[in-house]
Amino acid sequence: MQRHLISAADLTRDDAVLILDTAEEMARVADRPIKKLPTLRGRTVVNLFFEDSTRTRISFEAAEKRLSADVINFTAKGSSVSKGESLKDTAQTLEAMGVDAVVIRHGASGAPYRLANSGWIDAAVINAGDGTHQHPTQALLDAFTMRRRLVGRDAGLGQDLDGRRITIVGDVLHSRVARSNVDLLHTLGAEVTLVAPPTLVPVGVETWPCEVSYDLDSTLPKSDAVMMLRVQRERMNAAFFPTEREYSRRYGLDGERMAKMPEHAIVMHPGPMVRGMEITAEVADSERCTAIEQVANGVSIRMAVLYLLLGGNEPAASHTRTEEK
Amino acid sequence: MSKILIRGAKVLGGEPQDVLIDGETIAEVGTALSDEGAQVVEAAGKVLLPGLVDLHTHLREPGREDSETVLTGTRAAASGGFTAVFAMANTFPVADTAGVVEQVYRLGQEHGYCDVQPIGAVTVGLEGRKLAELGAMHESAAGVTVFSDDGKCVDDAVIMRRALEYVKAFGGVVAQHAQEPRLTEGAQMNEGVVSAELGLGGWPAVAEESIIARDVLLAEHVGSRVHICHLSTAGSVEIVRWAKSRGIDVTAEVTPHHLLLTDEMVRTYNPVYKVNPPLRTERDVMALREALADGTIDIVATDHAPHPHEDKDCEWAAAAMGMVGLETALSVVQATMVDTGLLTWAGVAERMSVKPAQIGQAGGHGRPVSAGEPANLTLVDTEYRGSVDPAGFASRSRNTPYEGRELPGRVTHTWLRGKATLVDGKLT
Ligand SMILES: [Zn+2]
Repeated sequence: MQRHLISAADLTRDDAVLILDTAEEMARVADRPIKKLPTLRGRTVVNLFFEDSTRTRISFEAAEKRLSADVINFTAKGSSVSKGESLKDTAQTLEAMGVDAVVIRHGASGAPYRLANSGWIDAAVINAGDGTHQHPTQALLDAFTMRRRLVGRDAGLGQDLDGRRITIVGDVLHSRVARSNVDLLHTLGAEVTLVAPPTLVPVGVETWPCEVSYDLDSTLPKSDAVMMLRVQRERMNAAFFPTEREYSRRYGLDGERMAKMPEHAIVMHPGPMVRGMEITAEVADSERCTAIEQVANGVSIRMAVLYLLLGGNEPAASHTRTEEK
Repeated sequence: MSKILIRGAKVLGGEPQDVLIDGETIAEVGTALSDEGAQVVEAAGKVLLPGLVDLHTHLREPGREDSETVLTGTRAAASGGFTAVFAMANTFPVADTAGVVEQVYRLGQEHGYCDVQPIGAVTVGLEGRKLAELGAMHESAAGVTVFSDDGKCVDDAVIMRRALEYVKAFGGVVAQHAQEPRLTEGAQMNEGVVSAELGLGGWPAVAEESIIARDVLLAEHVGSRVHICHLSTAGSVEIVRWAKSRGIDVTAEVTPHHLLLTDEMVRTYNPVYKVNPPLRTERDVMALREALADGTIDIVATDHAPHPHEDKDCEWAAAAMGMVGLETALSVVQATMVDTGLLTWAGVAERMSVKPAQIGQAGGHGRPVSAGEPANLTLVDTEYRGSVDPAGFASRSRNTPYEGRELPGRVTHTWLRGKATLVDGKLT
């Protein structure tokens, strides 16, 4: 494992499988009456959020607290990137406070990379989403969810997603979730297809390790998992597609479309789900939709990442067992 | 002592010759010239060029003296072998009146390191709406002949047409920063494979090419001449080549960094590589080199854009665009054009001195190295190899992408009208 987690593309297959396996162990902690490990006792983790995301921050915070870390939440909301709110100054303040890890969310692509590579700080940097670039823990929790559902909880240990067919639908252009998932799923051996109107696919996508299709209906029957991305309403005003209705007709997932998927196939969504345009309530509330599981799995994955980056020179499992004695 | 004998220099890269400077002019060029009464500069093995002329420099004064001033900028220019620079109009206040351009011009003359020829804004405040007083700037002591809203594109087709027409009255030229604004909203880097991966807003080649295509057609229609600033894509080369073959009066420049660096560098997210237009692909770089070699691109211009450290030591999106270039330009051109066999030193002289002086009508610059001509000269040690150390820059800013990179060649001497501004690599 590297010292930082900036991009899903930085993970080898073995790194990724190790994280997923470790997350399974972490998930067991969640099933116990006292959901806490002493692993990061005495270590300080800062959640440095330049961009609002209550969901992601709470997920990281829960993970940090379950590992007994001291947690500092730093929200720089309102300060604008164009003013150059000095990521560097903030970073160095945190460094002076003896922080061991920084979980950073930033509106600018590359901000976590700069934080990790500019010599501003020594702490481990975990990317919690940067601009339209990467959101690696999201991809990991998605892969974790897929492995549990498609391979099996215990059967999945040590396994990757070899040969599974994953379809990612929606605003790929602006999606760090899509970028992270393409990288990670490819590393794990899955076959990824992106489906979107051509306006929402980036120029240059042809070098990505995936297929691109503009036709959702023909892709659905060969999908083991369909991941719906959030489409922000403001994209409509920017002429990425004609109307919300047309988008939903061509790229929205409703019950009828879901019926075209193989029986075992799951529907995923990184949340928060805006029911209507990209996913109907019928689909969102169905058994096959994993959105709620994804949230729970997010905590396990983030525990695993923090553990492996900050603590783990022995397997988390044996550590857990020691605790149980 | 007013006589200087430059002994044994390869004039324009040719056979060794002696060049005798007397006062402000070249007195004699020949072999075995007498050194009587002259200070001798031993130049064996070195290449002597006419003083370089940069048609595209940002000096930042007035307004951003923390980045650069006319003094520090012209010292940087002299260090890089330049004897004349054209100062872009995007200062604070904008150089859109006779008063501002005269101030900048006079500062250049007072400091005496390099002639400073101000470029006037095309539109008031660079806002693209109302023509600036182009005639008044031309008639001022600064004698402005080049007009540009550089930093911004004159995107309104009617304003561009009028500007092209208007400057015909006094033989001026409009230098266009070709950037279709709507196509580059939120643009952070070249749009392509790398931007797709990095999730940075794309600056598509077509945003440059569509404006160039429009402007050459406008220039043809109104019978004026247009100059294209910092051309950066293979497609732009094709359009300029077509326009020239059609007889349209267009000239074009390329920056040293677009001849060397690609958008792959942006993977570091280091804002030192953030520049406008952005670094493009390997294919574009090769097309630009070829076009400069075959004359489709007329000149090299630095787009020297100094910024203070804090404007670059931050996250990519927050960083200022631009890089310094005066002190490394010739080395980059040597590396990309001469050492690759694409251009001779005479070709370099043409593209970095003769032609830019012609386009900008900088009298006295870009002249032949021969008797009776103004002694604006640059001596280059082309055998030198060393890595770039920004700590030694004369520019007030250090935002160079070449820190630590090995580049060939080093300017050792610069003379402005017979007065040495750089001696043995040190400013006078
Ligand atoms: Zn420009």
